[in-house]
Amino acid sequence: MPNMSPVKTPMPEQEPNIRNKNFEEVSLGYTEEMAVEEAKRCLNCKTKPCVNGCPVSVRIPEFISCVASGDMENAYKIIKTTNSLPAVCGRVCPQESQCEHNCVRGIKGEPVGIGRLERYVADWHMKHGGAETFDVKPNGHKVAVIGAGPAGLTCAGDLAAMGYSVTVYEALHTAGGVLMYGIPQFRLPKEIVQKEIDGLKAKGVDIQTDMVMGKVLSVDELFDMGYEAIFIGTGAGLPSFMNIPGEELVGTYSANEFLTRVNLMKAYLDEYDTPIIRPKNVAVVGGGNVAMDAARTAKRLGAENVYIVYRRAEEQMPARKEEIHHAKEEGILFNLLRNPVAIHGDENGRVRSIECIEMELGEPDASGRRKPVPKEGSNFEIPVDCVVMAIGNSPNPLIRSTTEGLEANKKGCIVVDEATMATTREGVYAAGDAVSGAATVILAMGGGKEAARSIDQYIQSKTK
Amino acid sequence: MFTIVEKRILNDSMTLMAVEAPYIAKKAKAGQFIILRVNEFGERIPLTVADYDREKGTITIIYQKVGKTTLMLDQLNVGDAILDFIGPLGKATELEGYKKVAVIGGGAGCAIAYPQAKALHNMGAKVDMIAGFRNKDIIILEDEMKAVSDHLILTTDDGSNGNKGFVTDALRKNIEDGANYDLVIAIGPLVMMRAVCNLTKEYHIKTLISMNPIMIDGTGMCGGCRLTVGGKTKFACVDGPDFDGHEVDFDEAIKRSRTYFDAEKEATHEYNCHLMEGAKNA
Repeated sequence: MPNMSPVKTPMPEQEPNIRNKNFEEVSLGYTEEMAVEEAKRCLNCKTKPCVNGCPVSVRIPEFISCVASGDMENAYKIIKTTNSLPAVCGRVCPQESQCEHNCVRGIKGEPVGIGRLERYVADWHMKHGGAETFDVKPNGHKVAVIGAGPAGLTCAGDLAAMGYSVTVYEALHTAGGVLMYGIPQFRLPKEIVQKEIDGLKAKGVDIQTDMVMGKVLSVDELFDMGYEAIFIGTGAGLPSFMNIPGEELVGTYSANEFLTRVNLMKAYLDEYDTPIIRPKNVAVVGGGNVAMDAARTAKRLGAENVYIVYRRAEEQMPARKEEIHHAKEEGILFNLLRNPVAIHGDENGRVRSIECIEMELGEPDASGRRKPVPKEGSNFEIPVDCVVMAIGNSPNPLIRSTTEGLEANKKGCIVVDEATMATTREGVYAAGDAVSGAATVILAMGGGKEAARSIDQYIQSKTK
Repeated sequence: MFTIVEKRILNDSMTLMAVEAPYIAKKAKAGQFIILRVNEFGERIPLTVADYDREKGTITIIYQKVGKTTLMLDQLNVGDAILDFIGPLGKATELEGYKKVAVIGGGAGCAIAYPQAKALHNMGAKVDMIAGFRNKDIIILEDEMKAVSDHLILTTDDGSNGNKGFVTDALRKNIEDGANYDLVIAIGPLVMMRAVCNLTKEYHIKTLISMNPIMIDGTGMCGGCRLTVGGKTKFACVDGPDFDGHEVDFDEAIKRSRTYFDAEKEATHEYNCHLMEGAKNA
């Protein structure tokens, strides 16, 4: 009998006033009983609308029916046939706008907690599952992947499973991309990302860190080295600033810098050498997931007051509802319909306050969103000693500026054929934020998957 | 892991290391830098490529022991390895087409000025090198600098080598004696580079400086190294580290360079105590 409860089985979480002082994971995950109970809410419908909502087409009802019957090992195997990083996706995917958005149970109540179940199964496997065995026959072809973020790792994992010899080149000292330097520990523990990456290595994926492609090796040199195809998954890591007065002051960070110091360099732990300012009052500018991550991180570094400054209203915030909810619970203060116009400093060049102006929503713009318009003369100051700019990123120009024949659009995004992910350069494929601009982990993975399929077809057709 | 194949103590505070990094050695050019991380708990610090050997596959770095990370690096010896060594980063200095150049190094900055002088010298330019140190005990690379310049002027702040004065004194004298430089390159502490730029502005001589802001990734993804140049925000790691010295906002750069002053002092103090503890117990 299916469980007809209209609401999801709740997932235990750390108390807001405890968790906002530590970096431990906020959501604690299901127990086996909770997972089985939630799995029984799935009606196993024939049409599987949930699968259509998943960018990597996880076989959702199949794995969930395994969970319902307590067969976690097979549930894991089913997920892994299409998703190389389930412990990550179960945690950070915006399920509410993807798989769970399409769930039939969502019509008259809450959808099935697909993300929570995927997470449970992946965590279960890390704890109880044996080593995975791989009996893939090498096909003798070499592919290079540039960038070890979600797009590159997915592409590499899928190609390795097809028998390709894959080398991933990563500029930082750690693979994982935004999973390692961007998304904080309290949402996505780094040990879990590392285990997923170790799993790919066990599959035969060779990961070379400390390799800044475009500087140390060019795309042309990779072809000379015998790679038959190249995948570019270099993401969108170039931070935007507002170009307002005072952004040069000490205490103004891009979200990328703030989060890289904390997540990748572990500046929040005493035994690590990278320093970070421990601010008392912080303004985080922006309304996306990165802004929520930065604000919640600042709180955990000991800040008393953390303000989100966002120029539109809450309904327009691009951040996940769950993250906004978590941020509010943790005491983050929301300054909505406010926009910074300047940052002021003291005589030592350190941030003293942020000056904002009130906004109101005007007519819808070309994109259909109501345009925020400043209210003349409504300027006010918030005293802060730190400002974090989380207003977006664009693709890093390093690869496209050193590769001939690689076309990019005005925004610096690499141009691809949307069906095949082929760039304008033969044998070169691209996906993820490098193509779309800053988007989500799972969309990058979907693109990486598509590119792996195209690369396989390309190499097979060439060798026939 | 990147193995250290040579270590040479240049003076009490400065050390030279050659590190095996064949990919970087193949591509490195004068003006570029690397980022290294000593161990798993370490921070990432930028150091200029002081020299490279494409055949041996090595990169030479010269560092001044100024804080915890450089002190830790200094504990390593030939045969030991540095965990991460990343590069070549930044733009190479554009040196084409100059006929007469003054290359100025201040203290540890000589390690960065030297490869510039060498590159210019090899391209056939006339090179006057002016190297300034606080006193004669900390003079480095004297023979190397002599070998790549037409004239080498060594100054010391206290006159302990018999040539008292600042690099700006020597530069002004050369200019007034009719040196006719078409380019000045100045590399050293921010205050020294600012002093050189103020001087060359008077004489309208193009001046390149190598900026050394705080960096983390060194690949343009964070903006920690941003500077204001000609009124625009630039990232030193990708747009530089060389800039037109007459366009750089030095006051801002000096303030930003002190961001973590207290944390750095504390880390260095703790590390020194820890070293002394170790020495006592040994």
